[in-house]
Amino acid sequence: MSIVKNLITPAATVIAVFILLLFLVNKESHSADPNQFNRLMAPPSKRNPPPTEDGIHDGPGASMLQTPKSAFGTLPKSKSGNYIDWVKALDEKKIQPRYDRNDPEVQPIVMDLNIVHEVKGSMPNVVYPHKQHTEWLDCSNCHPAIFVPQKGANNITMASILLGEKCGVCHGKVAFPVSECRRCHSQKKKQSAGAKAAAK
Amino acid sequence: MPVCKIRHIRLLAAVLAVPILVIVSLQTQAEYADVVLNRNSEKEGVRPVVYPHWFHRIRFQCRVCHTELGFEMRVGANKVTMEGIIDGKFCGACHDGETAWTVENCDLCHSGLPGMETGITGGHKTLGPGNW
Ligand code: HEC
Ligand code: HEC
Ligand code: HEC
Ligand code: HEC
Ligand code: HEC
Ligand code: HEC
Repeated sequence: MSIVKNLITPAATVIAVFILLLFLVNKESHSADPNQFNRLMAPPSKRNPPPTEDGIHDGPGASMLQTPKSAFGTLPKSKSGNYIDWVKALDEKKIQPRYDRNDPEVQPIVMDLNIVHEVKGSMPNVVYPHKQHTEWLDCSNCHPAIFVPQKGANNITMASILLGEKCGVCHGKVAFPVSECRRCHSQKKKQSAGAKAAAK
Repeated sequence: MPVCKIRHIRLLAAVLAVPILVIVSLQTQAEYADVVLNRNSEKEGVRPVVYPHWFHRIRFQCRVCHTELGFEMRVGANKVTMEGIIDGKFCGACHDGETAWTVENCDLCHSGLPGMETGITGGHKTLGPGNW
């Protein structure tokens, strides 16, 4: 009899606590504070979380992995993605990623060729720079599978980029995300769309 | 009775841990461009693999993996297996005791939370409909 009691009491408490907590969690995730400052965006304090707290790691290995914050300490910052400006980090030689798997001395053949795309509407024109890309990538990473190497032959649109095609194969996944409009839309229009419309 | 109390507390702790983990995972987001690989891992009884782009791109240009080693730039498109890895393909091209530590460190690669699907994480910044 006492064995049964000994088993039932803790079991009942545990179940009660569990149900209570599930209830709390449910409330917590939906309405911790309906007017919390950042509702949809991750607040700055939650950026670059350590592997043990990032919600995708588990097990004994997780605590042995490097934390992004400790690696990113001295690198130039940006506003999204890894919150690192990888282009600047490379320019300032804060990082020296190898071109060759084993030989740290081999340098990439960088091609400095800008392709300007005029954009409909009021957004500044897009300047596609080969330089920053060929510091990381080979021609064959883009040509011909993603882009035919001919100016204007690829029908690139924002919609396709947001769907993960064209520039969106990398931007939004590994390279800086689409939210940083100005880094692509970097050339001022000679005559703004607003002025054109007004002239009509 | 003291034995029973200890057991009681342990059980309580275990039960408490579940919702706490849920809360934590709801509030944080994985690092941008981390890749989860779970085509076969969990089926075969190990944790999913988490591959961190940020860590590797500090050390290697994209072309090393995506040209030299032939990783296609599409998550899940590469048929990565342990046999391939110990034969020096995929991750094994570097994790061979020469360029980087060897495959015996299972837990460093198989460090993913069980139940995750193959895919790229860290996604976009908002938690809402703008999540692309
Ligand atoms: C990150 C992707 C990427 C990489 C890497 C890349 N290109 Fe391009 N390339 C482009 C894009 C985008 C265009 C513009 C296509 C358009 O206008 O539709 C282009 C255009 C070109 C053009 C046509 C220029 C013109 O005026 O018509 C040539 C030639 C070219 N690339 C050569 C190369 C060579 C050589 C390399 C390697 C050294 C290279 N590209 C690497 C994306 C890339
Ligand atoms: C194969 C992958 C890939 C593709 C496709 C690609 N990019 Fe990039 N892009 C990169 C990487 C990697 C960087 C380096 C910066 C980073 O990772 O955030 C970069 C950097 C840039 C930069 C430099 C920003 C600066 O601060 O100097 C611009 C501009 C840019 N990309 C525009 C484009 C445009 C426009 C397209 C489509 C026509 C495109 N990219 C397609 C991978 C890619
Ligand atoms: C990775 C580079 C990149 C980023 C980041 C980017 N764009 Fe674009 N955008 C392009 C390219 C390339 C085009 C197509 C240009 C052309 O017509 O050839 C384009 C076109 C457009 C157009 C014209 C309509 C269309 O779909 O062709 C608008 C509007 C636009 N972008 C707005 C934005 C806004 C707003 C942002 C920031 C949220 C943004 N873009 C970020 C590369 C980029
Ligand atoms: C050390 C190796 C390594 C390096 C360096 C590397 N990648 Fe990757 N990348 C991978 C692996 C592994 C995958 C996952 C492939 C799979 O699932 O089959 C991947 C996947 C991708 C994908 C596919 C994402 C998707 O959602 O389908 C893109 C895009 C990508 N990488 C871009 C880059 C860019 C840009 C760089 C350079 C800044 C880079 N990678 C550097 C190993 C690497
Ligand atoms: C360098 C990283 C790495 C290390 C270290 C590693 N693995 Fe893997 N392992 C992988 C990748 C990547 C896959 C393919 C993931 C997928 O798609 O499921 C994989 C797949 C597996 C699979 C699924 C079936 C198969 O054979 O492909 C098993 C089982 C496995 N690993 C066991 C182990 C064990 C046991 C160890 C330690 C002795 C180990 N792994 C070490 C990266 C690693
Ligand atoms: C181009 C070479 C290369 C390839 C390919 C590669 N790695 Fe690595 N990896 C490295 C190097 C170098 C280190 C750092 C080793 C050290 O700290 O001694 C590393 C470290 C790691 C780490 C530990 C990061 C930390 O926090 O310390 C993990 C996890 C990892 N790799 C997983 C993988 C997986 C999974 C794959 C295959 C999908 C892979 N790597 C493919 C070179 C590579």
